[in-house]
Amino acid sequence: MAEATPTLLTTADGRPLKAALAEAQVRAKRRAFLLVLPLLAFVLLTFLVPIGYMLKRSFEHDGFANSAPALRAWFAENPGFDPADPPEAAYAALVDDLARMQVERTTGIAGTRVNYSVSGTISLFKAGARAAADLQPPFKEALLAADAKWGSPALWRGMESASHVYTPEFYLVAADRKLTDEGWARGEDKERIYLYLFFKTFLISGIITVLCLLLAFPVAHLLATLPMAKSALLMILVLLPFWTSLLVRTTSWIVLLQEQGVVNNMLVAMGLVDDKGRLSMMYNMTGTIVAMTHVLLPFMILPLYSVMKVIPPSYARAARSLGATSWTTFRRVYLPQTLPGIAAGSLLVFILAVGYYITPALVGGADGQLISNLIAFHMSKSNWSLAAAIAAMLLAAILALYWIYDRLVGIDRLKFG
Amino acid sequence: MTVEPRNDAYVAFDHVQKSYDGVSLVVKDLNLSIAKGEFLTMLGPSGSGKTTCLMMLAGFETATSGEIRLDGRPINQVPPHKRGIGMVFQNYALFPHMTVGENLAFPLEVRGMSKSDREAKVKRALDMVQMFSFINRRPAQLSGGQQQRIALARALVFDPALVLMDEPLGALDKQLREHMQFEIKHLHENLGITVVYVTHDQGEALTMSDRVAVFNDGKIQQLAPPADLYERPENSFVAQFIGENNKLLGTIEELTGDKALVRLRTGELIDATAVNIKEKGQQTLVSIRPERVEFKPEMMPEGAHTIEAEVVEVIYMGDILRAVLRVAGSDDFVMKMRNTLGQTRLTAGQKIKVGWHPQDARALDP
Repeated sequence: MAEATPTLLTTADGRPLKAALAEAQVRAKRRAFLLVLPLLAFVLLTFLVPIGYMLKRSFEHDGFANSAPALRAWFAENPGFDPADPPEAAYAALVDDLARMQVERTTGIAGTRVNYSVSGTISLFKAGARAAADLQPPFKEALLAADAKWGSPALWRGMESASHVYTPEFYLVAADRKLTDEGWARGEDKERIYLYLFFKTFLISGIITVLCLLLAFPVAHLLATLPMAKSALLMILVLLPFWTSLLVRTTSWIVLLQEQGVVNNMLVAMGLVDDKGRLSMMYNMTGTIVAMTHVLLPFMILPLYSVMKVIPPSYARAARSLGATSWTTFRRVYLPQTLPGIAAGSLLVFILAVGYYITPALVGGADGQLISNLIAFHMSKSNWSLAAAIAAMLLAAILALYWIYDRLVGIDRLKFG
Repeated sequence: MTVEPRNDAYVAFDHVQKSYDGVSLVVKDLNLSIAKGEFLTMLGPSGSGKTTCLMMLAGFETATSGEIRLDGRPINQVPPHKRGIGMVFQNYALFPHMTVGENLAFPLEVRGMSKSDREAKVKRALDMVQMFSFINRRPAQLSGGQQQRIALARALVFDPALVLMDEPLGALDKQLREHMQFEIKHLHENLGITVVYVTHDQGEALTMSDRVAVFNDGKIQQLAPPADLYERPENSFVAQFIGENNKLLGTIEELTGDKALVRLRTGELIDATAVNIKEKGQQTLVSIRPERVEFKPEMMPEGAHTIEAEVVEVIYMGDILRAVLRVAGSDDFVMKMRNTLGQTRLTAGQKIKVGWHPQDARALDP
C-alpha cells in the first residue's frame, strides 16, 4: 500500500520544490513582465482610465453643488423638507446663491445640472440670477412674483437632488424616468426615447448579425476550401474594405442607394419601379442596416474562416460514406464544428454594431439612428454625465451579453482567427 | 498489366481513367476485378494513383472515363451516400463533437433505424473491437489506436459488404500497427467482408492481403498474391519496391527457354531466369533477394556461376547478419545470413565468392 498522506517534495539540497521552482523562474518572469509593461501601461492609460473616468462621470456632477453652497447647506440641514412649500430660509439661500452665480458666471452650469431632471431651468436660472441682486426680502414672495416656476415642487426636488455631487439621477433619466412634482416617475410615452432607442439598437444589431452570418458563411467556406491561389485572391477581396476609409465605404452606399442613386435609376430604367415610386433605401433604417452589414461583414468572415480552415474535408467525406445526404452532412457534421466561429463572429459583429456611430450618423437619417448617436449628441451638448450614464448602460448590457455567452458557449471556445 | 474484368467480380474497374487537369492522366486505363470476400491491397508510392482509385470507388472522385461496377451495377453516377460502402480514413475522421456511441449511431440514424436496433448494433460493433466501455467518451479522449478501432467499428456498424481503408494505420507506431494489422485481418475473415486497402507500406500489404495490386505511374504494375509478388516480381519496379533487392545490370548472352546467361558490364557471367526478356543481346536488370545470396560453395547448386566479391562491412542485426559486398564494380550488394550457431563470421576486406540458384535471379527489363 502506498503512503496516503502527500509528502512535501524537496530539492536535492532540501529546499521546498515550489520555492525552488519560483526562484528558478523569477528572472524569466520578470523579463516577460517588462516586455509587456509598455502595452500594459498603454491599455491602462488609454482604456481602463477613460472607462473608469466615464463611469465616475455617470454618477458625478458638481455643477450645481459647487455654485450653490448656501442652498446645499440648507438642504443638508433640512433633509425632510416639503418640496411643495419650502420655507423662507430656503428661498433666501436660493437668492443668495443666484446672486453668487451671477458674479461667478456659473448660472449656465448650475442650470444645466438641474435641467437634466427638470426641463426649462437654464433660462429660469439665468433670469433669476440677473434679478437676484435687486430682490428684497421676503424672498419667497419676491421670487414667486418674478416667476411662478420657482415654486414648482419638481424644481425643488431637482435642486435638492442636484445639490449632491454623486447621484444616480443620470441613470434614471437614461431609463426614461422623469422628475415630476410628486417625484421620479415614468415619463410620458412620446418622451420615452432612451429605452426605445436601446431596444432598437439591439434589434438592428441582431438583424445585422444575422445578415452578416448568412452572407459570411458561404464566403468563409469558399475561402477555406478553394485552392491556395484562388483563396488568396478572395481573401484580398474580403480584406479590401479594411483598406478603404470607412467614410468612403459609407458614402459609396449613399451613391448606390439614394433616391436618385444607381440602384433606383436601374430599377426605374428596367421598369420595375415607377419614377414616382422610387424606393427610399437611404437615410432610414434600411440604409443603416445595409451599410453596417457591409462594414461589419469581414468581422464575421474571418473568425468563421479560421474555424473552417482547420476542419478536415475527411469529416464530410466520412459522413457521406456513412450514408448521410449532403444536407444531413452539413447539419449534423459540418455546422456543429463551425459553432465556435459562428459564436465568435456573431459576438464580435453584435458588439461592434451596438456601439457603432459613424455609419448610422451618415446614412441613418431620422429613423436609423442608434443609441451611440444619442450618446454623441449629448456629448456635443456637453451633457457629459448623461452621455456617460447611457454609455455605462450600454457597457453593462454588453458585459451581460458576454456573461450569457460564457455560460452558454464558453469564452475559451471563442476563435477570432 | 491488364486483366479483363470478370463478369462475376464484386468490384470491377473497367478501363477507368482519371485526370484532374485535362492534361495528364493520374490513373491510366485501370482494369481490376475484386472478388467477393477478397482482401485486396493497393500498394504504391505516393502519387501513384492508388488513393485516387479508392476515392473513385467511394464516390468522392468521378472517373473521367470508364466504368466502375459494384456487384454488377455501374456506380459512376451513384452519390457516395447511396453506395453503402464503409470507409476508414487515415486520420480516423471521427466526428469530434459526438461521443463514440453517437459516432457509431450516426450511419444507423441516417438510415432511419429505430433507437433499440441502433443500440444493439452499436454495442455489437463496439464489442467487436473490444471498445464498449468507451461508448461515452469523445474521440479527443482516446489514443490513436483506440480512435482507429472506433473508426473501424463505425465503418462496419451498418454491415457494409465492402469496406475501403485509406492508409488506416499510417499514424500509429510500429507495434500498434502490427497489432492492428492482425486485428483487421481477423475482422475480415470473421465477417466475410470485401476489403480494399490502400497503403504505401509493403510489409502491411504482404502480411494482410489476399492479393496486392502494385501501383506506379497510374498503372497496376503487378497484381498477385503476396508470395508471388515478393518471389516472382514481374518487372524491375515491383522487384525494387517490394522488399530489399540487389540489382545487377547486364546484357543477355544466351537465352534458352526461360534460362538466361547474363554478362555483367564488368565481364562476369551469371545465371538468371528470364521474366520479361525477349531476345539475346537485350539489356537487362537482374534482381536477386539478399537472403537468397550464398557464399558457401556447398550451399550453391551444381554448375551455378559464382562471382568475386569483397566484403565492405558486416552489420549485426540480431536475427540476421547483413553483409554489404562489392560485386561487379558496385559496392551496395547486400547479402543476408541467418545468425545461427557456427555461422561463418565475415570481416571487412575479406574476399569471397557469391552465387545463387538461377531461379532466384530474375532477369527483368532494365
